[in-house]
Amino acid sequence: MTVTSETTKKKQLSGIVDFLSKWGTIITIFVLLAFFAITMPSFRTASNMVTIMRSISIVTVIATGITVSLTVDGFDLSVGSVATFTVALVMSFFVWYGWGTIPAIIVALLISLIVAVVNAFLIVKLHIFDLLATLATMFIFEGVAMTYTGGGSISQGMPRLDGTPTTGTIPPEFRLIGQSPYIILIMLVIVMLVHVFLTYTKHGRYLYIVGGNREAARLSGIPVNRYRTLAYFLSTLLAGMGGIMLAARIGSSQINSGAGYLMPAVAAAFIGFSVAGVKKPNAIGTLVGAILVGLLENGLIMMSVPYYSLNIIKGLVLAIALAITYYKKHD
Amino acid sequence: MEPKHKLEMKGISIEFPGVKALSQVDFTVQSGEIHALVGANGAGKSTLMKILGGAYDHYEGEIYFDGEKVNIRHPYEAKELGIDVVFQEVDTALIPYLTVAENIMLDKMATKMKGKHLIRWGNIHRTAREVMKQVGIQLDTHMLVQDLSLAEKQMVLIARALATNTNFLVLDEPTAPLSQTETEELFRLMRDLAKNQNVGVVFISHRLPEIFEICETITILRDGRVVFDGVIEQLTQQKLVELMLGRRFEETYPKAHVPIGDVIYQVKNLSEEYDRVRNVSFRVRAGEIVGITGLVGAGKTELCKTLFGAYPIKSGEVLLHGKPLKISSPHGAVKQGVALVPEERRKEGILVDEPVFVNLTLPSLDKFTKGPDFVNTKAEREVARKVINELGIVTPSENQKVAYLSGGNQQKVAVGKWLIADAEVYIFDEPTKGVDVGAKRDIFELIGELARRGKGVIYASSEIPEILDISDRIYVMYDYTIVKEFETSEATEEKILFYSAGGQ
Repeated sequence: MTVTSETTKKKQLSGIVDFLSKWGTIITIFVLLAFFAITMPSFRTASNMVTIMRSISIVTVIATGITVSLTVDGFDLSVGSVATFTVALVMSFFVWYGWGTIPAIIVALLISLIVAVVNAFLIVKLHIFDLLATLATMFIFEGVAMTYTGGGSISQGMPRLDGTPTTGTIPPEFRLIGQSPYIILIMLVIVMLVHVFLTYTKHGRYLYIVGGNREAARLSGIPVNRYRTLAYFLSTLLAGMGGIMLAARIGSSQINSGAGYLMPAVAAAFIGFSVAGVKKPNAIGTLVGAILVGLLENGLIMMSVPYYSLNIIKGLVLAIALAITYYKKHD
Repeated sequence: MEPKHKLEMKGISIEFPGVKALSQVDFTVQSGEIHALVGANGAGKSTLMKILGGAYDHYEGEIYFDGEKVNIRHPYEAKELGIDVVFQEVDTALIPYLTVAENIMLDKMATKMKGKHLIRWGNIHRTAREVMKQVGIQLDTHMLVQDLSLAEKQMVLIARALATNTNFLVLDEPTAPLSQTETEELFRLMRDLAKNQNVGVVFISHRLPEIFEICETITILRDGRVVFDGVIEQLTQQKLVELMLGRRFEETYPKAHVPIGDVIYQVKNLSEEYDRVRNVSFRVRAGEIVGITGLVGAGKTELCKTLFGAYPIKSGEVLLHGKPLKISSPHGAVKQGVALVPEERRKEGILVDEPVFVNLTLPSLDKFTKGPDFVNTKAEREVARKVINELGIVTPSENQKVAYLSGGNQQKVAVGKWLIADAEVYIFDEPTKGVDVGAKRDIFELIGELARRGKGVIYASSEIPEILDISDRIYVMYDYTIVKEFETSEATEEKILFYSAGGQ
């Protein structure tokens, strides 16, 4: 008798754990919303909700990049540097060379794909672990971006480091990209596109299969290396897109402007694993993860938690997200 | 001269979930002799030696050392008696990024350094050199183990055993990966150990000529029991094979008769980049089932993987319908009509975390796309349900994770995915491994059906009775190449085993 009651207890317990790992993120979001709304009247204004969505847009887009790299059981740490690099490129095209919006964006994104080429070469050809290879490229392209700008920032009207005056301007339509509602709409469109690509196309299916069992995928005739390369190209492209949005938002190129987005993006992607029980890296989950991280940050700032202590809480959230992902993987 | 030791195992029995691996086995070995332990696959050789090495603690029976009862339940208890086992997978016992000297002295460093914390490098290299000199191994002690050849790694393991006073040394199929000269070098060492170092050597091998060359005494196991124990001179190769096989009570499967057409698939002088396939030539005709057999380690799996582009080709040609194939990757092989059902099902054949339908449509996903590469899941599921019915895959639905299916049903999924892909040539590598009798029959029927459709089938297995049941023609492999071709009607188990074991 006692044995059976114990097993039912165990079953109940694992049921609860299951439920929490599926819906815990969403429940937490609502609990946080309720808590902040009750304690701070200014939190529940519509304009603050827009602020939160606007503030997570860039993180979310960069995080979808990490998500795609995770589908093939990879990990792209270089996304922050890609964003920094793209910001520097696009700003230099405007300010130094006076280009228009469309060519500047397209050329900046194309050049940033050099990072993907290097990542794919290191990982697929030289067989370096994903995490270590992208750690290297993270530093390399942080340095490349800084060298390109001459170790300084680029903004409208500011002369280049060698003293050459600049005449280029940042087109106002480019700045629109960084303002709501456009920045939020762009984010939602990108999340939907990545979601459709990963869930409903042949290529998305193959990415997950390659990540699930590389050898079985190879012996099923899937060109495994081609798909791993594709994943890194997409993650760089999405991180570059995040960089474009960042450039439009701040209107200048600052040193290491993208670096701060890496950590929350990683957190968002890993929180996204377990949302609604998908148990795979996925775009919608990543969006939910980014909302959780953004909400927490916004609420805590409004509660006057000093900015220099925020990293403690953000780090803890990441640790919890990783714990949920890997703890469940074990059984 | 050191005193002679005698090691006796009496009435050893051991069970694993669902299998009685050994029952009432007696085994005796003495210092100074080289004792052969032989038997077919699964006869219990390795299990018996693992017990001797202290790998299991749940066996029944007793072990005596010089007439005194001893307790061996842990590896260190075996080591204390001077019993060392060198298993087949040498790499698992070596640390690749340490030097030869450190690897040789590993046991000593691990067990004899209580209370000491500093390593005296001079001592380590000197002692290692002495041990190697004792047995005539010539290697630089400063070399890293990862840079050694397989044969040299074995030497290092043997030297390690000798560094701690060895009385008995067990070598589990040491010659399988070795070349002719390397084997001779090993034999020289074994003889030296037995004659001059007073070590008792237990030698496990599938290669009959080797056993007759080097061993004096022999124990033959069959299905977990001893069927012969004595001096090797009482036996001939033929007699040994008969004892190993005994009478088998295998079920037979009636082979469907299919008219055999022209040659569709032809392999000419194929060699693999790293010599894992050597100068292999054979042909397959339409509707024909070609068996490829040989002992474990003869190169069957390597051949299958090379034909499928998973291993790189060094030289030779593969023709399908008279046209040369360009095979540089599995992706290319599949595109050109070649399918492989690999041996390591869970690692290579199926995706356990994915549902049945995803597994089944994986190689042929292109057939289920519409518009710009969108997957038509409805069509996918429909075809999956059809295949589940045809093959009798036991699953609640096509959405079930493959991890929850039984081994036999997993194998049917691994086969089923290639039916949808519709290849010209099907390669099966040990398709019945770990599969129950019922599922085995289904898989045989399926292979028969492929032949009826005029496909070419290559069936690689070390289960000779199965090969005899299902094939039209048989190629026997030994040492990574084909050594004999039989019409199945003219082949017998004895003949095949004779050539598999290197007989000429």
